[in-house]
Amino acid sequence: MLYEYGHIGILVLIALIFPIGALATSWALQFVNIRPTSKPDVVRDDIYECGLRTEGPSRVQFNFRFYYIALLFVLLDVEIVFLFPWALVFDDVGWVGYGKGMLFIGTFVIGGVYAWRKRALEWRL
Amino acid sequence: MDGFGVTVAFWILAAVTLVAGGGVMVSRNLLHAVLFLILSFIGVAGFFVLLSAEFIAMAQVIIYVGAITVLILFAVLLTPRASRDNSETVWALPGMLLAVCLAAIFLFVVHDTQWKTVTDAPLLTTQDLGHALLGTWVLPFEIASVLLTAALVGAIMLTRSAEEEAEDALA
Repeated sequence: MLYEYGHIGILVLIALIFPIGALATSWALQFVNIRPTSKPDVVRDDIYECGLRTEGPSRVQFNFRFYYIALLFVLLDVEIVFLFPWALVFDDVGWVGYGKGMLFIGTFVIGGVYAWRKRALEWRL
Repeated sequence: MDGFGVTVAFWILAAVTLVAGGGVMVSRNLLHAVLFLILSFIGVAGFFVLLSAEFIAMAQVIIYVGAITVLILFAVLLTPRASRDNSETVWALPGMLLAVCLAAIFLFVVHDTQWKTVTDAPLLTTQDLGHALLGTWVLPFEIASVLLTAALVGAIMLTRSAEEEAEDALA
């Protein structure tokens, strides 16, 4: 059982190869004179963002409503943690277990309906 | 349980967790510090997997790596002086003292405890947990959902401004 987690190690290796490979390639290219210069200049130090010129500072204060969305995400996250064990025994517990899980979700749906009716899910300025 | 792979995994995870934890302190950029914190949390989740506590590992990834760090990141984004660095503070010395005291207590506890080792760990799988949640502990399970709903309603109450209330009263 524990050894099956060893496969994650392989995935981690693959995940590491990509960024390290990109950095190493970039580093190696300086020896073959493809990269024009390593000296700082205006174009080289320009902020790359989707090809558009950036305007203004990149750090601006965000709307407080973002934090509300984050809170909503945290609550749903905790909900998911409880649903994991339920989903794993889904086949064994039958309709009664299904009903218990649905009651669990349904209670939270009441909160969701409240949020919807209070128009908390809309973006208002 | 014991094996070469497990030992190697333990030391790699220990190195990752400690280096990331140090990174949180050393990093001058607040956002980089949060990213290091995520790495540290993932390392701890790896320890839980090594202890065969899969559910806790999963909860660690979902709650700490997912939820807690998102909250911290949003708190940083919403702070007016968000671009400020992880600056020097007057609390550096008291913090250091407190950390040393805490480390001393932990070392004492670790050294003094009689760690029992069992050859066959009682393997509690997530399936067992699911059966327990739907059987004996079904009431706490449902009440947890009520608690979450209360938190959701409370969050809406707190974040709504007076103008929004007035606007909705008309509609």
